[in-house]
Amino acid sequence: MNPETIARAMEGAAAGTASQSLIMMFTVFVLAVFVGYYVVWNVTSALHSPLMSVTNAISSVIIVGALIAAGPADVGFSKIMGFIAVVLASVNIFGGFIVSQRMLQMFRKKD
Amino acid sequence: MSSELTGLAYLIAAICFILALRGLSSPVTARRGNMVGIIGMVIAIGTTLASPGVLSYSWIIAGILIGGAIGTVIALKIQMTALPQLVAAFHSLVGLAAVFVASAALFAPEAYGIGIIGNIKTASLIEMSIGATIGAITFTGSLVAFAKLQGLVTGAPLVFPGQHPLNALLGIAGVALVAWFSVSESYTAYWALVALSLLLGFLIILPIGGADMPVVISMLNSYSGWAACGIGFTLGNSLLIITGALVGSSGAILSYIMCKGMNRSFFNVILGGFGAEADVAGQAAGGDRNVNRGSAEDAAFIMKNAAKVIIVPGYGMAVAQAQHALRELADTLKAEGVTVMYAIHPVAGRMPGHMNVLLAEANVPYDEVFELDEINHEFTTADVAYVIGANDVTNPAAKTDPASPIYGMPILDVEKATSVLFVKRSMASGYAGVDNELFFRDNTMMLFDDAKKMTEQILQALV
Repeated sequence: MNPETIARAMEGAAAGTASQSLIMMFTVFVLAVFVGYYVVWNVTSALHSPLMSVTNAISSVIIVGALIAAGPADVGFSKIMGFIAVVLASVNIFGGFIVSQRMLQMFRKKD
Repeated sequence: MSSELTGLAYLIAAICFILALRGLSSPVTARRGNMVGIIGMVIAIGTTLASPGVLSYSWIIAGILIGGAIGTVIALKIQMTALPQLVAAFHSLVGLAAVFVASAALFAPEAYGIGIIGNIKTASLIEMSIGATIGAITFTGSLVAFAKLQGLVTGAPLVFPGQHPLNALLGIAGVALVAWFSVSESYTAYWALVALSLLLGFLIILPIGGADMPVVISMLNSYSGWAACGIGFTLGNSLLIITGALVGSSGAILSYIMCKGMNRSFFNVILGGFGAEADVAGQAAGGDRNVNRGSAEDAAFIMKNAAKVIIVPGYGMAVAQAQHALRELADTLKAEGVTVMYAIHPVAGRMPGHMNVLLAEANVPYDEVFELDEINHEFTTADVAYVIGANDVTNPAAKTDPASPIYGMPILDVEKATSVLFVKRSMASGYAGVDNELFFRDNTMMLFDDAKKMTEQILQALV
């Protein structure tokens, strides 16, 4: 089998990352930018700080890529890279959501 | 887990993230939104862990425990005044994680289904290099922003001759390296690109002054999103693409709002150096003019006899940690029958919404806090404007003096209040380096002291 055949065989079957065509991914991207645009303009300016920390926390969903790298049984360069990325992203996920919650708890109405 | 099921779970996670941002449209729904965001993250991580490529869990669990513990401790201990530097530090981690994930994909492409070593698809190589580039720029850029906000390096803009040509040259070299890497899959090209991007991150943020940090932080927020997007394209993962796009556009919108709040173009901020030379000239000008200097007792007397007091907080309030004293002062005034409101300028503080969080921390109800457009007409009927640690955002020169560096910036019309009380430590000008002529007006009283001490003294004089 030549390398390309192997590569093709691995596509789709690979760990949780069903390969999509570039144009499909681009479609998803553009639509998501639109969703982001309309949702974020609706955020009240009083909550712009929590908005930053929440977006910070969710951007750490990059951990998905890190988990796949850290997942294989044998230890290699990419597993070590993946492990470090898991640690970094976890700091952000926990830190980001907790600090957001702390902030949001403080926003109270007049009683 | 089949790939259809995985895709579906990722879609649900993405919807959770959209709802998390949607929740932030009101403080009432925001807490629930945050919880939905957490659920989304749990779904995303759980789904990935159940995928066939993940075979060994010990490192992963260790990594999540270590990172989670660090993040939790930091988030619980951080002072709300230090929020901007915390967010900057968190952005740097996302950037660095993006670089590591891109590198992992380069050295183990088969795990991600993008080819095998030596024969990775060209499209994936391009996406990988872009993801790593943005990640690296975000990483070092955020480190500089952190250092400036934390006061580790001077907040003054750092400019040197040939700065912009150098950055442009590095940018072009970066594009060349991306091209070389995507045709050759050369490791040398990859690491050179990473090194160059790290350098570029430093150089881009260094010339930007401390008070432009609201724009910088929003911009880096946006970058961290685009970095996640780049990784999403590399891995063919729609969840990463969607989330990255949400975060990227969120940061971009915040940058836009902040720039508009200063009436400056995005490029003007990025090119940096604002307020660097003007400082000296500004301070010299106001030297010998007379100001009305007042005491805490004078201020208390004026406030007590007012019907309506509008408080204008700025970064000085945050530095002095005066928000709690301020709220007590407001409570005392309210007990005397005085109407108290807070006016927040979009660029007050060091990050978007910074003042709102600090006031909320001091238990100021959010329905007493108003933004510029909502409250500006109220100053005409206000008896007192209490300006605490703000300066440039009240300067009428923004309306009247076309030569002023802040000309055109929307300002809070504190001058229209019957009396204006300015709490300031000295006569020094604001970050824009311009004199505020309000200081010299007859209806202005200057209260020279630390914001917190002065507020406490007024409070004592009231009771």
